[in-house]
Amino acid sequence: MSKIHRLAALLTLTLLWPTASGAFCGFYVAKADAMLWNKASKVVLVRDGDRTVLTMASDYEGEPREFALVVPVPVVLKREQIHVANPAIVKHLDDFTAPRLVEYYDEDPCAGPMIEEIVVTASKRDSSASLAPRARAQQLGVKIEAEYTVGEYDILILSAEESGGLATWLRENGYRIPDGAESIIGSYLKQGMRFFVAKVNLGEQARLGVSQLRPLQMAFETPKFMLPIRLGTLNAKGHQELFVFALTRRGRVEATNYRSARIPTDVELPPFVQARFADFYRDMFVRQAEQAGAVVFLEHAWSMGWCDPCAAEPLDAAELRELGAFWLAGPNEWRWPWQPRTAQPDTSDTFVTRLHVRYDAASFPEDLMLQVTGDTASFQGRYVMRHPWLGSAECSEATRYRSVLRTRQDEEGSTLARLTGWDRGEIRAQQGLTPNGDATSPTVAPDEPWWQRIWPGGR
Amino acid sequence: MNDARHAQIGVLAALAGVGLIALDFEVTGAAAAVTLASALATQFALSRLAGERFDPRSALISGLSLVLLLRSDALGWHALAAALAIGSKFVLRVRGKHFMNPTNFALAALLIATDRVWISSGQWGSGPLLAAALVAGACWVLPRARGDVTLAFLGAWCALLFGRALWLGDPLAIPLHQLESGALLLFAGFMISDPRSLPDARAGRVAFALAVAGVAYVLRFRFFEPNALVFALAAVSPLTPLLDRALPGARFAWNEKPHTRTGERHVEDSPARGSAHADAAVAHS
Repeated sequence: MSKIHRLAALLTLTLLWPTASGAFCGFYVAKADAMLWNKASKVVLVRDGDRTVLTMASDYEGEPREFALVVPVPVVLKREQIHVANPAIVKHLDDFTAPRLVEYYDEDPCAGPMIEEIVVTASKRDSSASLAPRARAQQLGVKIEAEYTVGEYDILILSAEESGGLATWLRENGYRIPDGAESIIGSYLKQGMRFFVAKVNLGEQARLGVSQLRPLQMAFETPKFMLPIRLGTLNAKGHQELFVFALTRRGRVEATNYRSARIPTDVELPPFVQARFADFYRDMFVRQAEQAGAVVFLEHAWSMGWCDPCAAEPLDAAELRELGAFWLAGPNEWRWPWQPRTAQPDTSDTFVTRLHVRYDAASFPEDLMLQVTGDTASFQGRYVMRHPWLGSAECSEATRYRSVLRTRQDEEGSTLARLTGWDRGEIRAQQGLTPNGDATSPTVAPDEPWWQRIWPGGR
Repeated sequence: MNDARHAQIGVLAALAGVGLIALDFEVTGAAAAVTLASALATQFALSRLAGERFDPRSALISGLSLVLLLRSDALGWHALAAALAIGSKFVLRVRGKHFMNPTNFALAALLIATDRVWISSGQWGSGPLLAAALVAGACWVLPRARGDVTLAFLGAWCALLFGRALWLGDPLAIPLHQLESGALLLFAGFMISDPRSLPDARAGRVAFALAVAGVAYVLRFRFFEPNALVFALAAVSPLTPLLDRALPGARFAWNEKPHTRTGERHVEDSPARGSAHADAAVAHS
């Protein structure tokens, strides 16, 4: 009796859970070409419930016939689930979320308070994948499930009985699958994956007149929210850079199996950094990543409706829709009778997260598992430079200003050295400060005792 | 005073401190304060209502566990979570014994009810140092509470993860990385081992732990549920009364030494609870 009870209770509980759908798992292979090793992958992930749209952007600059992409997918995708996107939109999203350098100008200390903002952005980087045609599939136990031409790409969806056959097939067809890939391919196959393989159709490319390869997109439903990075670690010498731009309706996206950290933000830097902002950001990021270990960095989290300061204008509804934000239906979406008819749907409930991962096989053994959180707090990588007042100023406030300025410049230099590991002496030289911290420029006051800052009028 | 709960409170508070200061947790001091205040207030009010003596210790444990696990950007959810956790102890009782871990119940209920709360299971990272600290903390607590559940669960979970890796042909770095999760150790050390809501008999507790591991595995790897552990514990917990009925055992009380004043031994249960243990033992042995 009690056994039956227990069984019944267990069954009831089991039924509370939804049934499984397909699994998505896979890899994103950069072609084993020295040219690409230092490049980064850019992925846009749109996620709402189980609905997922994956956009893989590539700044591939080599021979188009050398290009190929291999991605495991949960199901055999239909022709209509595959699309090519306008690369400018991915670029726009990158620009919109890029860490930004903001500059302020100190005003005449003898006049009122400050400030005017100008935004200077840094952008850099990009990505790519491998290549191929096809041959004796059946013999190797490889099944070609579907075959499409989409835009400038020839696409195959492959399944296989075992990893050796698929790896051999890929190698024979010109894919430079790195050593050790078989076991990973086998793992994905056992999890029920198919492989999405794309290469460039040179005829179509010429006909369409596209010189730059456009991002490939696929839409599918899966409960498994993740990005496959395992094969990517095999063909890389050293680290790989991955940028994930996630678009959701709920809020920020974060990794569930690696620690998340925010990049240092809202720090004041010496103004000379403006000319070297890309260097600064790269060096700072590498240093942070090396200190933190296996960490996924948050670089940006913001509503699509606005920005402050804006590194680029927010993406409009049409652009977001092209990236897969299907909830931004056209202007004829349902509304209450008293609500105004708007030309474009509201993008402010679309939330963008920019994650930056610097990974290698040792510190990131597992694929990146993700989740959508309810966190809608804004975050951005923001770096501030404040230009000193260089005009003449003769008042007691000016003396005080110069003293504060010198302390500030010293702090800015220390911050820069701490964040990037740059040499403190060189930073001082670039700042125009002498090694002991005194400025060589005439804008900074001579040393004054600290008490004069408490009672400036008391001298 | 030689009560395992004091050790638990100390370890949980230390972990919360480390998390807040060193690990960039997405939790504010305000959220922590609201959670603890709500837990204590609910405990106080419901103790009054039930005519029991107010004891802040288990409310503090539930509150601190929520501070470590629950994330939300609105303070109201933190307050509600703590109230739900404490409330469940008073409402979800069978024969005077609550059968859901209070913290876990609140987490599962809110994760299902709203998308404004989440658990950042990756927040601990997987540093071996942190793992060692947690294991050491758990070792300190375990002998005083019910460590058999933790060991049975971790053993089963290890077997499942390593078995899966061997089947898939994955390198062992993958299950090792999955095991180094601070969230997992926190769950095994402090949530599943909550002695008050576990089956009374050792065989029942081991069966319970194996069931949690099995359900969690299915949720994690078949349904890809990030919060698989929490939902698995919530799903298996209602089996506790059934396991107690099938496998009776001595009910847990915080102070292992028999007390002259039985009312104090069972401070958090209903006053009638003192005899419930005897009832259960007689009725089902």
